[in-house]
Amino acid sequence: MSKKPFFSNLKCRECGRLYEKEAIHICEFDFGPLEAAYDYEAIRAVLTRELIESRPQTMWRYRELLPIDGEPTVGTQVGFTPLVKAARLAKALGIREIWIKNDSVNYPTLSFKDRVVSVALSRARELGFEVVACASTGNLANSVAANAANAGLKSYVLIPSNLEQGKVLGSLVYGTNVIAIKGPYDQVNRLCSEIAGKYGWGFVNVNLRPYYAEGSKTMGFEIAEQLGWKLPRHTVVCMASGSLLTKIHKAYKEFIDLDIVPKSDFTIHGAQASGCSPISTAFKAGSEMVKPVQNPDTIAKSLAIGTPADGYYAIRSMRETGGSCEDCSDEEIVEGIKLLAETTGIFAETAGGVTVACARKLIESGKIPRDESAVLCITGHGLKTQEAIIGKVGEPRVIGASLREFEALVADEVASKA
Amino acid sequence: MPIVRIPTPLRKLTNNLEEVTVSGATLGVVLDELNATYPGLSERIIDENGVIRRFVNIFVNDEDVRFLQEKETPIQEADVVSIVPAIAGG
Repeated sequence: MSKKPFFSNLKCRECGRLYEKEAIHICEFDFGPLEAAYDYEAIRAVLTRELIESRPQTMWRYRELLPIDGEPTVGTQVGFTPLVKAARLAKALGIREIWIKNDSVNYPTLSFKDRVVSVALSRARELGFEVVACASTGNLANSVAANAANAGLKSYVLIPSNLEQGKVLGSLVYGTNVIAIKGPYDQVNRLCSEIAGKYGWGFVNVNLRPYYAEGSKTMGFEIAEQLGWKLPRHTVVCMASGSLLTKIHKAYKEFIDLDIVPKSDFTIHGAQASGCSPISTAFKAGSEMVKPVQNPDTIAKSLAIGTPADGYYAIRSMRETGGSCEDCSDEEIVEGIKLLAETTGIFAETAGGVTVACARKLIESGKIPRDESAVLCITGHGLKTQEAIIGKVGEPRVIGASLREFEALVADEVASKA
Repeated sequence: MPIVRIPTPLRKLTNNLEEVTVSGATLGVVLDELNATYPGLSERIIDENGVIRRFVNIFVNDEDVRFLQEKETPIQEADVVSIVPAIAGG
């Protein structure tokens, strides 16, 4: 590995002021978010498709474009999830081609958050933190707990007290400290912001946010590589804070700028749940002012962030690429989960149902033309949000261990379909 | 007097104080008073048009002032005003 510092600074997205690569996340002058800045000329000199292809199939095959100094030490096996061609889903949605980027099988905690945590905790170690923490709607908590356990770091995860049981157990099992806060995620966020300032812990989405957020780019890099080193015409991404959408946009642009992929038109669309759709509401109103949602109310709890920190930038990404934004009801989310499962064999959590339901609307409204191709980003596994579909996907039919009873059941089924 | 909680990135301006007490009948007056004691502080929070910056969240007790009356939000003696940077998703 080259010794050149590819990752050079942190930089304010608003005013461009440069900062040292410390555990800081906002500009002192305008509160703008700090983002990782790179020496792209140095990267261009070394990074080629061949080099990437020669490396193990993990997200770290793009390490020159990730903000750590040394080798990754946490989450070294994360990423390179399948990109699945979904012909039956495409037919159901009435479009020429659909691909599923399936982060529901990301390692080790079955959501895209393993990408961001891998970067954040690798950087946390470089910066000397012994305690790591996060504010989470569930998936991030699971990933921080698991990856910290493997790395031998002490962890605290703070969550809203109304999360799905799978997400709560999926943190507790790793022996982390789970703190449930009465109130919505935005209250958890506010508390964590104050704790991070006071305790000197590495909060992955507070003071380590510039490092954390960059991990999401790898989903975009992988999509481009797995499509045969080209960008998808359309990408549909679900949004909570909006960070993932902006980072997939950044990933596509970086690959174009570095001549890793040929320049081509690409469009990124956002998806939200109607019960918490501050970004979609602003986008549809033609505004960049994202008005917070005070009391989110949706089964897509992982997307229930009323004050989306990257909403403004997500809107700009969608506008810049000619994209659109949609939102969907709880019933549509469940239909989306079922449709994806029945046509692809992929069991997505509620956020995935949002992506599928909104993709359907974008196709029906012509925002995604039927003769084009789209990638849907599925970000988490359905076993984590079972409550959303219990009683809505049928029940097993119970019989005795008797061939006669089985034959009667099959005969009934044939009769009922006749 | 009302308490204002200062986020880490602004503590260089408040001699590293985490909390300061400031009087004022509305949030706008409290921020003006704060700026009189700690010059330069309000321009970090309020933009050139007098609006709370996009990436700043201000809470009076537990309520985001965007759901109250923004800078016109009345402030009581026992209130706690928190200035909180926006943070990423989870």
